[in-house]
Amino acid sequence: MTTIKFTFNGKAIELTTDPSRRFLDVLRNDLRHTGPKEGCGEGECGACAVLINGHIVNSCILPLANVHQQEVMTIEAFSKTKRYAIIEEAFIHEGSVQCGICIPGMIIATESLLNKNPDPTESEIRIGLSGNLCRCTGYNMIVKAVQRAKERGRGLW
Amino acid sequence: MSTINRSVPKVDAKDKISGKMLYVSDLHIDGMYYAKTVRSTISKGFIKSITLPELPEEVTVVDYRDIPGKNNVKMIFEDWPVFAEKAISHYGEPIMLVVGPNKAIVQDVVNEIDIQYTLAEPVFDMVNSVVDYHFTKGNPESAFKNAKRTIKYTYETGYQEQAYIEPQGFIGTIEGNKVHLTGSIQAPYYVKNAVVETLACDPSDVRIVQANVGGAFGGKEEFPSLIGCQLAVALKKVKKPIKLIYEREEDMEVTTKRHPAKITMEAAIDENHHISAIKAHVGIDGGAFTGLSSVVLSRAMIAATSAYTIAHLQVDGDVYLTNTVPNGAFRGFGAPQMIFAVEMFMNHIAKDLSKDLHAYRLNHLAKQHDLTTTSGTFRDPILMPQMIEKACEMSDYHHKKTLYERPGSYKGIGMSWFLHGCGFTGSGEAEHIKAKVKLRKDEQDNVHLMIAAVDMGQGAKTTLMKVAAEVLKRPLETIHFDNPDTDQVPDSGPTVASRTAMVVGGLVARAAKQIKDNWVDGKVQTVHESYKQPEYMSWDQATFTGDAYPAYSWGVNVVEVEVDKASYEVTVKNIWSVYDVGKSLDDNIVLGQADGGTAQGVAYGYLEVMRHKDGKIVNKNMTDYVIPTAVDMAKTETVLFDNPFALGPYGAKGAGELTLVGGAPAVATAIEMAINKRIYKIPATPEYLMELIHSDNN
Ligand code: FES
Ligand code: FES
Repeated sequence: MTTIKFTFNGKAIELTTDPSRRFLDVLRNDLRHTGPKEGCGEGECGACAVLINGHIVNSCILPLANVHQQEVMTIEAFSKTKRYAIIEEAFIHEGSVQCGICIPGMIIATESLLNKNPDPTESEIRIGLSGNLCRCTGYNMIVKAVQRAKERGRGLW
Repeated sequence: MSTINRSVPKVDAKDKISGKMLYVSDLHIDGMYYAKTVRSTISKGFIKSITLPELPEEVTVVDYRDIPGKNNVKMIFEDWPVFAEKAISHYGEPIMLVVGPNKAIVQDVVNEIDIQYTLAEPVFDMVNSVVDYHFTKGNPESAFKNAKRTIKYTYETGYQEQAYIEPQGFIGTIEGNKVHLTGSIQAPYYVKNAVVETLACDPSDVRIVQANVGGAFGGKEEFPSLIGCQLAVALKKVKKPIKLIYEREEDMEVTTKRHPAKITMEAAIDENHHISAIKAHVGIDGGAFTGLSSVVLSRAMIAATSAYTIAHLQVDGDVYLTNTVPNGAFRGFGAPQMIFAVEMFMNHIAKDLSKDLHAYRLNHLAKQHDLTTTSGTFRDPILMPQMIEKACEMSDYHHKKTLYERPGSYKGIGMSWFLHGCGFTGSGEAEHIKAKVKLRKDEQDNVHLMIAAVDMGQGAKTTLMKVAAEVLKRPLETIHFDNPDTDQVPDSGPTVASRTAMVVGGLVARAAKQIKDNWVDGKVQTVHESYKQPEYMSWDQATFTGDAYPAYSWGVNVVEVEVDKASYEVTVKNIWSVYDVGKSLDDNIVLGQADGGTAQGVAYGYLEVMRHKDGKIVNKNMTDYVIPTAVDMAKTETVLFDNPFALGPYGAKGAGELTLVGGAPAVATAIEMAINKRIYKIPATPEYLMELIHSDNN
């Protein structure tokens, strides 16, 4: 048992538990935030992605200890932001959503990518999304959504 | 002409994007227990003994002795046990569930259970046939007797894993005698009927609700019936809410996959170099239990000449059982294997006869009024010549072909032409499914679709709601469609076989018309509709004769590749597709199906490798089983041709599977061009390409 302190969706929190636990389990079971999904549990699919200090991280292979003193944001809080509204509109407009299980992770990946590079080329977008697997869409409509988001969201990132 | 194809925002998109949408593993019930499956660690043999550790308080094991009814997962044949009794038929076969309030403790108990076996010799080759079908068209014998020459090749295809991103799972509760299961499923009534048989209970004591589904592709057609039955038995015994979610490796090791196949094609060539007859043998590996394999085999056999018309045919097929994971439904359902074989065979024949590939294939293309493989009729217009021309123009096919055919280019462009029979094969719809739908208008004049159709990402909700809105001339917001609950909705059949838009959509349109015609403001009104077979259809299952499908969708895929000279790695550069799905009910949805289906079909041809070793799946996680990423996936360009089908809603035919079935031969023929060798099996991996490049007799 250790006490881990971090900023969770804008609020400072403390958890006293086994620090080696998977952060995804802490999110889903202890904090009841089910926006991050479990697709593979081995860091391959990106369904469990969260933002840590603005960068995408797969929470299924992250020990809780690693978020100590960090800023964590999940889709639940990101979905309240202006940037999210732009990304959401783009995903709806382009028809990028099928079963949806990969989509919260894709949104996190989009935010992380545009954070780093507000004007990515198509191939940079593909590379930026390549840690997130989608079995339904074949990615093209997701790539188009990111292109639309970056255009319509100029100045936000 | 209707403008229904204009895209609207998908009705469930917002909740999915924001992460609010709950899938089965997101559901939580206070005080719920967790279940884990104990599985065999041998491929064939008998259980000698099972030694349980001392069970912690509140932990229960559930096995075949707890089954009140039949130890069988209700499908077509009775050979798939809910829990193994003595005999073990494949590695990973379920033997019992361990259930308890603490997941970690449940897992510890699973690890401590000691099972001893008597080993038997497993069978991994396709030798043990349990289903064999045969049919003929015309007089193949005499055509072969009069042939100027014959050409024969064998083609092989491997496993393919659905790889939905959400693993299988259920959550269940029990109240009195009533079992209530919520799961990631495609066929609520399949699960219900199976659970009723296993529990030997009154049908009203089983309630199945579809949870939001995170991808299925056929993988959640029949397999969830097995998990549902196991969980129902556990609920009866434990009497607590129980959650059973597969982990990724478990899912990939033990759930059904696309059948590996071995297909031998022999053609009789007449004096005009035309194919006068074909003999085909289709062998598919069913794995340990028959499951749906017989139906998969039928669809494969009926696709024996795909988009071509051949006058005389003899088609034979077998389902072989092996001591491996049972294979089952996967988007395309036998057609991808067959269409790969047909397309490669057509190319190989043209090469053997030194004919122009394109012209030779065009000469054999099916035309309206031709007889199908089963001597039914292609009744509707066939637009393939225009579609092929369009595909060639979009892709600059002919020009690129001339460039890439130069030796040493290591570039290739390949093309596939194909059809897909829409809906169930043969009399399945009329005799077995007998789909029913119900529409209910409430006092606020909202119309509720009470149907068992499942939205698993393919857009069934938006599509069917649009159909109702369009017929009623009412805003989409006034139409409601909840996830099916067998306590509420009639059996409109499973969400499979590209039947939902065409068949269920057709019933929804008819029911909506009834409401419209009898509309009274502010009054509750309920209507029912049920499936009627088109009058022109006749089918004889014993001889495989007649109209196997009410309609056909058609497609053309063009794939451009580059092969690395040193590593033989294939890069897909571009994909162009042209589809005739009758009438698109929403362009974004159909184009999304096209992108996703084509990605799966192309990857099946060169990228996705799954093998077993001694019956144990080797590629059992997303690291070892590679599916395309955004980088692997080429840009796609898709064009839809309108060709409305009289009996589909607004002319719609099937779309979901069509987009997958032509991918593999398109990429394989492109690779053939790039390396100037012939491909006989998929996936065309770098190792296989190396073998081909270094072999002299290819
Ligand atoms: S669940 Fe974390 S990467 Fe797949
Ligand atoms: S939308 Fe289904 S996995 Fe991406």
